Amino acid sequence: MGLPAYLIPPLPVVADPGLDENAKSLTRERIAEVINRVIDRETAARFRVYLNTCVHCGLCSDACHWFLSNDRDPRFSPVGKVKQTLWEILKRKGRVDADFIKECSRIAQTECNGCRKCSMYCPFGVDIAYLLFVVRRICYELGIVPQFLQDTVNSHSATMNQMWVKQDEWIDTLQWQEDEAREEVTTARIPLDKEGAEVFYSVIAPEPKILAQLIGSMAQIMAIARIDWTMPSFDGWDNSNLAMFAGDFEVMGRVERAHHEAALRLKVRRIVMGECGHAFRGAVYDGPRWLGWRQPPVPVIHAVEFYHELITSGRIKIARKFEEPVTVQEPCNIVRGGGLGTKLREVIQATCADFRPPPDPQFEHNYCCGAGGGVINCGPPWKTSRVKGNSVKAEQLAATKAHIVITPCHNCHSGIEDIIGGYKLGMHVKFLCEILMQVMEIPDELKAS
Amino acid sequence: MYSLVSGPLVWIASIVFVGGMTYQLVNMLKSAKRDKVVYPYMSLKYGLRSLLHWLVPFASRNMRERYETTIVTFAFHICLFLVPIFLTAHVVMFAFAWGPKWGTLSEGVADWLTVLVVLAAVFFLVRRWMLPEVRFVTSLSDYVLLAVVAAPFVTGFMARHQWFDYETMVIIHMVSGAVMLMAIPFTRLSHMLFFVFTRTYMGSEFGAVRNARDW
Ligand code: HEM
Ligand code: HEM
Ligand code: SF4
Ligand code: SF4
Ligand code: SF4
Repeated sequence: MGLPAYLIPPLPVVADPGLDENAKSLTRERIAEVINRVIDRETAARFRVYLNTCVHCGLCSDACHWFLSNDRDPRFSPVGKVKQTLWEILKRKGRVDADFIKECSRIAQTECNGCRKCSMYCPFGVDIAYLLFVVRRICYELGIVPQFLQDTVNSHSATMNQMWVKQDEWIDTLQWQEDEAREEVTTARIPLDKEGAEVFYSVIAPEPKILAQLIGSMAQIMAIARIDWTMPSFDGWDNSNLAMFAGDFEVMGRVERAHHEAALRLKVRRIVMGECGHAFRGAVYDGPRWLGWRQPPVPVIHAVEFYHELITSGRIKIARKFEEPVTVQEPCNIVRGGGLGTKLREVIQATCADFRPPPDPQFEHNYCCGAGGGVINCGPPWKTSRVKGNSVKAEQLAATKAHIVITPCHNCHSGIEDIIGGYKLGMHVKFLCEILMQVMEIPDELKAS
Repeated sequence: MYSLVSGPLVWIASIVFVGGMTYQLVNMLKSAKRDKVVYPYMSLKYGLRSLLHWLVPFASRNMRERYETTIVTFAFHICLFLVPIFLTAHVVMFAFAWGPKWGTLSEGVADWLTVLVVLAAVFFLVRRWMLPEVRFVTSLSDYVLLAVVAAPFVTGFMARHQWFDYETMVIIHMVSGAVMLMAIPFTRLSHMLFFVFTRTYMGSEFGAVRNARDW
């Protein structure tokens, strides 16, 4: 027996200037105008049919890691989040106040990862994530976006990358990483702007900014696998896209267009992207969708699929297997959203000696890391609730007794690190590429002495 | 009174039901055009694959996890169609007005299936109260809809067993049946129509576009 709604204790208040300060200038007229405009002009069949079809059965609840981790608090169930936002908005025909919009932002932006697991639990396939993205869109149009997230969007808008990386910094970083890579593999190069290359390799901006060695590692892998590849020296190298998660679809569209146009300009055969889930989602689905393309103009391959290809075709050989016990975080944007679950397992099995599959749910049904969908990008103010909102993931990881969690997604990577820290699991997180660097064979003739 | 209800009211109910469903369908198909992704993403193969996994009992993970709800839901919905369509009284009335006839359930079976539907409705009611996540999203309309659906079964049963005044009971039954039919297109009961479309769309998006399963 649950408590009636009015007896549920309130959630801790989180201060975020992006919500608190911006809400001060909102008027009821403006709120109603924006809400009605977004609903009338930007939504159609899916929005209406989903809302009219939902029979309020609550069967989607068990999908959501937020709900499961917060002691089955109904405010965190997928349909509960829609009730607190859209149902209320529609019932009041958009006549809501600024505090209500702040609540909407908190719920849709910081307490849902858009992981779409609930669509696999709802008998009707109602797309709750889509409905909550409409709420995000309304909040964005009203200027109510968590401050840290808005900063990344500003960066995308001004520099076409997520972290204010300037062009000279970008090129310098690539040169530096090329030098590093050549200290291991003599033929390692990072070819810039090479027209007609087979592979266009793109990364997310945090790589050059704070994880540059990942680019150097990729240069080694490419050299050993003898791939004809290139990276652009100009805008379009960043495949990340947080505007997509902030409801700023105009900037999202620009970012995705720049990425695909860079590849088209270099006349490459395909785009291979680094280990990032949301970047894959942006490049393959949300971007093309907004731009009116049924499919991306240049085929896009996620790193997991690329590594799988390199290993199964024998282009890279595994010299020794990684010994420490490992488990996996299955990023929803490539597993539930891209069907790469089996390939991911196969790459792990090919490279690691002691793989411990996580206990159920697995594959498409696995829990989201809790960081995706822009939630981790809402920054430190929201970290406590985010980590608390995913105790089920902590339990799942702990049960494997692995030492390493392989995580082929940047957002998951940081999110899982926070969970490991928050629940004191004493594990470490690694990208697949870090495992590959340790296990792949460097042929003698390529070895730098 | 009886002839008024069994004649014109049944007509009105049927017209509202068919007209309302058609209106909802056309409306949906039209607004799906404005939702740019719907038609391009729709895939017959993956749509049907998903539909199948959600129409066969226990074919989806969530149905297995919530087996008690699954059993009740299937029993409830199957009887919901079976009983009124194959009920002797209904078939006879239909044949009397139109001519065509089809097989019927024996009276005892019809009685038991009717009781089953009512019990399932009670289960849904209790479930709404017991589970916090369902109670949280329950409003008056959910109770009303449940009552609207249960009413023809309760009153039909009462009429058949001649509880209270038979004539009055049958009239109440016919009115409640008509109300239910008319409610379907214009309330959440329209999930009867939309189920096929939301499910096949989600199946297509998962299967054809995202290369993943959705059950
Ligand atoms: C609107 C037109 C309807 C008419 C004219 C009608 C007429 C009747 C009649 C004459 C009876 C028989 C009472 C007896 O045995 O003496 C009956 C029983 C029944 N009807 Fe209807 N009905 C209608 C709609 C519905 C609907 C929409 C449902 C359910 C969805 C329904 C469910 C039942 C049930 C469950 C029984 C009793 C079965 C039993 O206990 O054996 N009816 N109906
Ligand atoms: C082929 C058509 C239909 C399908 C596939 C379908 C499917 C479903 C599903 C999946 C649920 C949610 C699961 C649950 O609450 O147990 C549900 C609930 C429900 N359905 Fe249907 N349905 C159909 C037709 C109908 C019709 C014709 C009616 C009544 C006129 C109806 C009345 C209800 C009611 C009252 C509930 C809600 C139970 C609650 O309060 O939780 N359904 N249906
Ligand atoms: S976090 Fe995932 S499961 Fe939870 S409501 Fe959002 S999309 Fe659904
Ligand atoms: S979204 Fe689906 S599962 Fe959730 S309450 Fe609505 S109909 Fe039920
Ligand atoms: S960060 Fe990872 S698990 Fe989380 S939503 Fe993205 S892909 Fe999913």
